[in-house]
This record gives sequence, C-alpha cells and structure tokens, in this order.
Amino acid sequence: MHYIRSKKDLFFDIFVYFLLCIAMLIILYPLYFVIIASFSDPLEVLAGRVTWRPVGFSTEAYKMVFKDSQVMSGYKNTILYTLAGTSLNMVLTVAAAYPLSRRSLFGKNVILKFMVFTMFFSGGLIPTYLHISDMGLLNTFAVMILPTAISTYNVMIMRTFFVNSIPYELEEAAYVDGANHLRSLASIVIPLSKPILAVMVLFYAVTHWNAYFSALIYLSDEKRYPLQLVLRSILIQNQASEESLLNVESTFNRMLRGETIKYALIIVASVPVLCLYPFLQKYFVKGIMVGSIKG
Amino acid sequence: MQKTKTRINTSRWKRYFARNWQLYLLLIPVILYYVVFHYMPMLGLQIAFKDYSFRRGIWGSRWVGFKHFERFFRSYYSGQVISNTLLISLYSLAVGMPLPILLALLLNEVRHKWFKKTVQTVTYAPYFISTVVLCSMIFLFLSPDSGIVNRLRISMGYESIYFMGKPSMFKTIYVLSGVWQRTGWNSIIYMAALAGIDPQLHEAAMIDGAGRLRRIWHINLPGLIPTMVVLLILNSGSLMSVGFEKIFLLQNDLNRSSSEVISTLVYQQGLIQHDFSYSTAVNLFNAVINFVLLVAVNQTARRVSETSLW
Repeated sequence: MHYIRSKKDLFFDIFVYFLLCIAMLIILYPLYFVIIASFSDPLEVLAGRVTWRPVGFSTEAYKMVFKDSQVMSGYKNTILYTLAGTSLNMVLTVAAAYPLSRRSLFGKNVILKFMVFTMFFSGGLIPTYLHISDMGLLNTFAVMILPTAISTYNVMIMRTFFVNSIPYELEEAAYVDGANHLRSLASIVIPLSKPILAVMVLFYAVTHWNAYFSALIYLSDEKRYPLQLVLRSILIQNQASEESLLNVESTFNRMLRGETIKYALIIVASVPVLCLYPFLQKYFVKGIMVGSIKG
Repeated sequence: MQKTKTRINTSRWKRYFARNWQLYLLLIPVILYYVVFHYMPMLGLQIAFKDYSFRRGIWGSRWVGFKHFERFFRSYYSGQVISNTLLISLYSLAVGMPLPILLALLLNEVRHKWFKKTVQTVTYAPYFISTVVLCSMIFLFLSPDSGIVNRLRISMGYESIYFMGKPSMFKTIYVLSGVWQRTGWNSIIYMAALAGIDPQLHEAAMIDGAGRLRRIWHINLPGLIPTMVVLLILNSGSLMSVGFEKIFLLQNDLNRSSSEVISTLVYQQGLIQHDFSYSTAVNLFNAVINFVLLVAVNQTARRVSETSLW
C-alpha cells in the first residue's frame, strides 16, 4: 500500500515509533543492567554506582561461577535432560500429530478428545506424585523426561500445520507410487515441515532448560539437580555451595562478591536460550496459532 | 443377506486396516503415554474422599466422604486463599490482556521492516528467561539495601522499602513482572490475526477518507475480537489456578497473607505436611471449579459472539 504522507500521518508515525522505543527500553534495561552488573566491581554495585556501564570492570564473578562444581554439574544435567527430553518430545509429537492429521483415520475425534481433555483436567499434584512414586521413578533420570514427553498443545499446533500446509493430493500421489504412510511421513511430510519442527524443538528445549518444578518434587539427589534448581538455591534461597564457602577468604568478601556472582549466574544460565530464539523468530506465528486448539 | 453384508463390511475393514495400520502403530506409544501419565493419576483422585495411609495405599484406604472438603471450607485460611487466587488472576488478566493488543496494533503500523523485527526480538526476549531467573532478578532489583530500585529511591530522598516483605505490594510485583515477561510473546497471536485482515477493508475505508486512527479503531480492533474471545475463554479455565512456579519462588513468610494461593497451599499441605488426602481434596475442588468455569464461559461466548472453543 502506498500512502500519501500528510503532516498528520507523519505525526502519527513519530508517536508510534516513540511508544515502541519506550517499550523496548523498559524491556531491555533490566537485562542490560544484569549484564553490566555482572562485569562490575561488587563494591560499586552495592553502592549503587552502576547504572549505565560497568564500573571497575571485572570478570572475577564469571571465574567463580565456572569454578563452582555445583553449577557445572547442574549445567551438565540440564544439557542431558534437554537433549534426551527434546528428542523424545519430537518423536512422540510427530507420532501423535501425523496420524491425527489424516482425513480418513477412524476414531480420530475420540482420540483427539481423549488428548484434549488432559489439557483441562488432571489428577493434580499428589495423585500424580503417588503414581510416579509407585512406578519407581522417583529420583531417576527418566522422571525428568517421561512425564512431560508430550505437550498436547504442541501436538495440536503440529497437527494443524500438517492439515493445512501439506496438500492431500501429494500424499495420494505418493501412495499410488507405492509409498506407505511411514514412507510418505519420512520423505514428504517431514521435509515440508522443517520450520514448524524447528519451532517445536525450540519450544520443547526451552521448556526443559527452564523447568524446575518436576526436579523440585521428584528429585532428592543433588547430583541429579538441573541448573534451575541449583540457581534457586544460590539465587533465591541464598545458599552458597559449601565449597565456595570454604574457598573464599572472608565472609565479608563473600558477601560482596555474592551479588555480582548472582548477576553472572543469571547471564550464564540464560545466554544459550537467548542466543537461539532470534533465528527462529519468523516462524513463531505458525507456532502459536490459537485456532489450533479448536478440534 | 445379512451374512453377505457382514462379509463386505469385514473385508472393507480389512482393507482399511491393511492400508492404515501404520497410523495406529504410531499412535500406540502416544496413547500409552496419556494413559500412564495422565489418566492413571486421575484414579488417585479418590483419595480426596478417603483417609490416605501409606500402609493401605490408594485403593485400600478408608472412605470418609466429604470430610476433607469440609475441613478446607471451615479452615480460617480458605477464604483468604481463594480470594488471593481470584484477585491475582483477575489482576493479571486486567493488566495483561490489553497491553499485547496495544503492542500488536502499534507494530502493525510500523513500515520499516528492520525496526519491526528489532522490536519483536527485544520484546520476545523476557519470555525465554526461566522463572527462577526472573524471580531472582526481582529479588536483586528490589533488595532493600543493594537493589537498584531502592538505591534510586534513596538518591531521590525517599526511604528504602522491603518490597518483598510487604503483602500489599505482592500482587502488583507479581503482575507487573508477568507483564514484562509476556507482553511481547502474547502479542504474536494478535499479529497473526492482524495479518489476516483483508486489505480491501482498509482500501475501502481510505477511499471514504478514514484516517489511520479511525481505521485501527473500526477495522483492526474489531478484527481482533475473535482472538480475544478465544483467549478469554482459555483464561477463564485457569481463573482459579494461579501458576505454582512463580508464586512459590516469590513467596516468603512476610508476604504469605497476600501470596498464598490454592496451588501453593496444595503443595504445602501435600508434599511438605504429607497430608495427601487433604491436599488432593483442595486440588480437586480447584480443578472442578476451573472446568465448570471453562464450560460456562465457552457456552456463553458461543451464544453471545459465535466464537467458542467447541
């Protein structure tokens, strides 16, 4: 559309851009502050002299973070949970979405209702906990990936994508050529769905990366703790790991360092995810169509 | 006659199955997952009506009827917990619903692609930050002695406030941090709806001499209504369930009178106090209300606006 720019139009544009810049500032400043505080001298942060740029530049906090065995073990666990969990998620999500996107599948609506019902009603905390415990899953690797193996919401999105963007005729043709369902899934449907698959990988991976609740209730062995649970004990419950208690020269210094260490931890924990999503941003719209919930 | 019909039917079924068995093969692990991790736990809901004991297990424990529900309603805190839950939900909805719409409408007016993309990247960022990190940022920024907010207050001559210890501040902190985290992300769905609006509507309005504000008001905003209705229905289904994860982390003994909600009570009573039956009863009461609300709002929406979930 081409507009003839009037004065009124220009004024309107300025107003829109101005509001959006304010919005960006509000969102960015807290993130920016975390970055500069993590690189500053702890004393300057405590004194409130850090506002627009790092004061007394120091990478000491990062060195401490990377030396901490608790944090590193959490990092390693989270990477494992994320890799294993996301792979399982993707296999099962495709296995659910593909058949349910076929026109002719007998019993489709019953299965869909069976799945969607769980989005709105569940056994709740204790019955689920008892069940998981009865199955002997407490404090295992599996408990971090099995109970969340499928997100119904994501299945619905994927199903809608398969229904809408893969022409039925294409698959019919493949079938006539002698391909079966699994063949056409592997050679037609999946290659055509790369964008949505990428978005799903991101959604699932971020969920695993950021999750702390199932670890909180199902894990008691600290060696299995994911990063977020380690972060919780250091950042929110203010419990430094024993080792860093012994290491640091004095309580006073520890207290001072504490704050910058917290900022550095936040950065270290969030950077992987924050570096990833901009690459997939243009596909997000496909990934959260609300219409997809409608059965 | 009857026999031939059956034979035809069976052979049709056979053909259908010969052609489609792989689809069912794919669905087997999926259905197994739902049975094992969603439907079997539901059987455990019976302990809400029983006195659960470890020794007797879920099936062997004694039935006690509505005892645990009565205990919840008689407790001195039930009113407060329910009202906290509802207030936080409604507060979040009232503040959290209009802002993404506004953001989407503004973004839709931007003609420079790079600027639009930049705003989107920036506003999505907080969504990808974990709840633990978000909450620790809140604690760090609002800390009474070293937090930047109180530093600012002191430099302007005000007194430092212990924000997280004030029940009166809790709900606002919860809601505003949620707005910070989710406004950008929640605008995506409205951006998609705006992209679906027929450009001819705008052209026609322009020929009639409508300015941009007028077109936003009369074309774009009405175009978003179906999306708003669907989201409102979905939200109504969780009106009585404030997410556990964030509130649990922000909660402390000082702000508990304002921050205790049903989900945190369920956790506290169940996994900390080990009062399994009571906790399950409170949770079940909550789940039933949610379900009823969802169905009721959906029916109303269907009658009033012809937009509904089912």
